Amino acid sequence: MSKENILGLPIHEYKGGKSTLCAGCGHDSITDKIIKACFNNGIKPHMVAKMSGIGCSSKTPAYFLSKSHGFNTVHGRMPSVSTGAALANRKLTVLGVSGDGDTASIGIGQFVHCVRRNAPMVYIVENNGVYGLTKGQFSATADEGSKSKKGVPNEIPPIDLTSLAIQLGCGFVGKSFSGAPKQLTPLIQAALSYQGTAVIDVISPCVTFNNHEGSTRSYNYVKDHDIELQTLDYIPSFTPIDEIDIPQGESTDVEMHDGSTIRLTGTKEDYDVHNRNAAIGAINDSMAKGEHLTGLLYLDNAKKNIYQEMRLCETPLASLKQETTRPTEETLVKIMNSYK
Amino acid sequence: MVSVGTANGSGSQSANLIIHRALFKMGLPVSGKNLFPSNIAGLPTWFLIRVTEEGYPAPADDTNIAILMNPDTWEKDLSKLKKGSVVIYNSDTRMPVERDDLILYDVPCSKIARGVNSKLAKLITNTVYVGALSEVIGIEQEAIVEALKHQFNNKQKAIELNLKAIDEGRNYIKENHKKDQPWKVERRDLTKDKMIVDGNQAGALGSLFGGVTFLAWYPITPSSSLAESLIGYLKQHREYVDGSKTYAVVQAEDELAAAGMVFGAGWAGSRSMTTTSGAGISLMTEFIGLGYYAEVPGVFWNIQRVGPSTGLPTRTQQSDINFCYKLGHGDSTHPVFLPATPKECFEFGWKSFDIAERFQTPTFVLSDLDLGMNPWISDDFEYPDKPFDRGKILKEEDLNKVESWGRYRDVDGDGIPYRTLPGNPHPDSSYFTRGSGHDEDATYSEDPEVYERNMKRLAKKHKGLRTKMPQPKIEHSSSNSKIGLISYGTVHTAIEETIDILKKQKVEIDYLRIRALPLSPKVNEFIDSHEEIFIVEQNRDAQMFNLIKEELDSLNIKKIKSCAYSDGMPMSASKISANIIEKTQIKINKKA
Repeated sequence: MSKENILGLPIHEYKGGKSTLCAGCGHDSITDKIIKACFNNGIKPHMVAKMSGIGCSSKTPAYFLSKSHGFNTVHGRMPSVSTGAALANRKLTVLGVSGDGDTASIGIGQFVHCVRRNAPMVYIVENNGVYGLTKGQFSATADEGSKSKKGVPNEIPPIDLTSLAIQLGCGFVGKSFSGAPKQLTPLIQAALSYQGTAVIDVISPCVTFNNHEGSTRSYNYVKDHDIELQTLDYIPSFTPIDEIDIPQGESTDVEMHDGSTIRLTGTKEDYDVHNRNAAIGAINDSMAKGEHLTGLLYLDNAKKNIYQEMRLCETPLASLKQETTRPTEETLVKIMNSYK
Repeated sequence: MVSVGTANGSGSQSANLIIHRALFKMGLPVSGKNLFPSNIAGLPTWFLIRVTEEGYPAPADDTNIAILMNPDTWEKDLSKLKKGSVVIYNSDTRMPVERDDLILYDVPCSKIARGVNSKLAKLITNTVYVGALSEVIGIEQEAIVEALKHQFNNKQKAIELNLKAIDEGRNYIKENHKKDQPWKVERRDLTKDKMIVDGNQAGALGSLFGGVTFLAWYPITPSSSLAESLIGYLKQHREYVDGSKTYAVVQAEDELAAAGMVFGAGWAGSRSMTTTSGAGISLMTEFIGLGYYAEVPGVFWNIQRVGPSTGLPTRTQQSDINFCYKLGHGDSTHPVFLPATPKECFEFGWKSFDIAERFQTPTFVLSDLDLGMNPWISDDFEYPDKPFDRGKILKEEDLNKVESWGRYRDVDGDGIPYRTLPGNPHPDSSYFTRGSGHDEDATYSEDPEVYERNMKRLAKKHKGLRTKMPQPKIEHSSSNSKIGLISYGTVHTAIEETIDILKKQKVEIDYLRIRALPLSPKVNEFIDSHEEIFIVEQNRDAQMFNLIKEELDSLNIKKIKSCAYSDGMPMSASKISANIIEKTQIKINKKA
C-alpha cells in the first residue's frame, strides 16, 4: 500500500482520537477498518458525516476521521439524525456506527424505517450481543442459549439484522467479523460506494462481558463458526481493473454506481448475491447450525435511493440561498388574494 | 350566533363554510368555530357562526339560531335554547320539536335534496339548510354565489348543483314560512381586503417565506393541516422547471424520528422544522434536550390540543406553555413563540427560523387548535422585512481569518458560539457534536468547572432571547387604569370583547399581550405600573401566571391574580369578565 492515497493524503489524516474502549475490543478493529476503507477509497474526510447513537460502539466515531464532522446523538436514534443530515446535504458521505443494543433493542424502529427509506448512508452495527457500558446485560441480538458471563443463558430468540434488512428491501447487506480484516475492509469500501442505505452487521466480541465459554459471540466461537460466503475484493473507480491480480477460483465482478467494482471470488455454490429469498434462506440455515454466515449477503444496485424518489435538487439543501428559498412579495400577494 | 348541529362526515363542513364565506362577502366580520369529534364519520359535530358589528371572534354564550340536522344531538341542542330563539330543522328526521317558545322553521332537507338530484342527495342535504338560513336571516344571493365559487374552486357542475339546493331551500321558506324573526344580517364594509385563513395555512406560509428546506412530521390532529398546507405550497413554489425540489419532506415513523431528522438536517445546515401537538412533543422530549445542549437549530410547531394524555384531541387549550418552555431533563429553557392570530402565525413562521439559527437552539411556535384549524378573518400578512439571519456560521474563508476556533467558545460575550457545517473544507472546521459533557472545543469532558461554565454560558445565551423574541404588545390602554390584564395566544381573541363588557360596567382595564417566552422585561414594567394584574389563560393550572410569578419580587407577586380555566372550548368573554369582576379588589369598580 502506498503511503498516500489517491488524494495525496497519508493515512493519519483519517485517524481519530485515542480509543477509550477496553484493550482487545472488537470495535477498535472495526475502527481501524473504517479508517483503511476511507483512506483506500480516497474519500475527502471533510465530506464525511460520522453519526452514532449511544453505547460503546457509538463512541467510536471519535476514534476515526478527526477531520470529519461527527454527531453522537441519542440512544437508538442515529438513523433519524442521519436521514436528516443526508437530506440536508446530499454531497456528504454519511457513515453511521451503531451497536446491537442501539439498533436492535431501543432503536429497532428507526433501523427498520431507515432501511425502508433508503437514504444514502453506511450503517455499521458493531454487534457483540451485550450492553457493555451497563456491564453485560443481553441485547436483542444475543443468540438463544448463549450464556452471560455469570452463566445465565439467554432465553429469547435473537433479532437477525441482516435478514431483517433484506426483508425490508435494503439493497446492500453485508455481515462480517471484527477479526476478519480481509473481508471487512473491502465490505466497508463497497458499502461506501453504494448509492443507498448499506447495512453491515459486524460481529465484534466484547472482551470484557461476552468473550467466555458458552457465548456465541466470543472470539473463539466466532472464529470456529465463521462461514465466509465468498472472498471479497474492492476495486476503486480510479484503479484500472487490469492492474488487479485475479485471485484463484471463479470470480464475478459487480460494478457499482460510482464506477468501482466488487469482485466476488469462490462464492458458495449456487449462491446468487442478487437473490433476496435465497439470501434470507441461507442466513436462516446458517443460524440454525449455530454459524455466522459472513460476506456480501445481498446486493441490489438498481434500487432507487431517497434522493431519486424525492427528486431532490442537485445543490445541497443546506447551500440554497435566500433567492431560491424565499418566494417573492408578488407571490405572497397572489397567495393572499386566493384567500379573499 | 348560529349553531349548526350535524353528523361528522356528512359534508356539513362545506355547507358551513359557504355560509361563513357568504357572510364575509357581505362585508361582515364573521367568526366560525368548528367543533368536531375525533372520528371519521357519524359522531356529532357543530359549527358556530357568529356575526357582530365589532367582529368579535370568540363564540357567544347563547345560540340565537339553531340548525338541527342530527337526531343524536337534537334534544340536547333544543334544551339549551333560550326563549325566542330560532330553530331551522330537518323535518325529514321526524324528530319532535316540543317547545312552543321558539320560532320554528321546519324544512324537509332530505326530501328537497332528493328532488334536486336523487343520486347526489346525501351530498346536498346540508346545502338545503344554507338556502333556508339565507332566506331567514337575509344572506344575499350574490354573496352565496361568490362563496360557492370559492368553495368549489370555480367547478361549474358542483356550483350549479349546490346553488339549486340552496334555491330550493330558500323557496321552501318563502312558500311555507311567512313569519318574521329578530335576527337579520345587513351588508357592511368591514371585510374589504381581508382574507379568510386558518392559522395552520398561515403558519405554513410563514415557513415557506422563511425558506424552509426540510420538514419531517408525523400526522397528529390538530397539526397535520399545517404540514399538508406546507407541502402544497412547496410543490407550487419551490420546484424547478425540471421537477426537482428545493426542499425535502419526510413523513416520519413517529415523532421521535421526526425530531431526530429535524436536528440532523439543522445540524447539516438546513432550515428544518416539524409540526406536531402535545403528545408528539412528549415523544420529542429527549431530542429537544440534545438540541438544547448540543446547540442545534430546529423549529417545532406545537398546535396545542387538550391534554393530558390523548385528552380531547379535537378541542383547544393552552396547556403546553410550561411544558415546552422547560422541556427536557436537566436545566433547560427554550424560546417559545406565542402567536394569537393567523397574521402572527405567518410572521412567527419565518422569524422562528431566524431565532433557531441565530441562537442555535430548538425553537417552539405554540399555536392551538382554535387558531390552527378554524377559519379567521385576517388582515394581509406582511412580507418579511429582513433577510434570513443564518446566525454565526464560519465558512472556509472565515476560518482562514481566525487563529483558532472552538465550537462552544463564547467569543462575543453573548453566550452564542460559532458553528461550522459538515462539508466545510477547512482543515480545522470539524468538531464532534454530542449530548454528553463537552468543553469549549467540543471535546468530551466531565470536568466540574467546564460543565458549570458551559451551563452558565447557555443560561446567558438564553437570557439574550428576552429582548430578541417578539416583545409584548400593549393592546389596550386607558388613561390611569389601575387594573392590568395579561394574556397570550388565542385567548387574545376574547379579550377585546372582555374589555368592552367591562367598560359597560364602568371597569377600565389595560391589556398587555405576551408574544413569546422567555418573558420580556416589559412584562415586569407593565405589572409595576398597575395595582392589580389579571392573567387570563386557557388551562387549569395557571401556567403563565406561575411562570410570571417565578420572576417577580414579593411585592408584585401579591398583585397578580389568575383567571385561568379550560373546558376545551375557546374562552368566553363573559366568563373572563365575570371572573375579573368577582376577583378585583379595586373598590371604585366593585359596585358595578
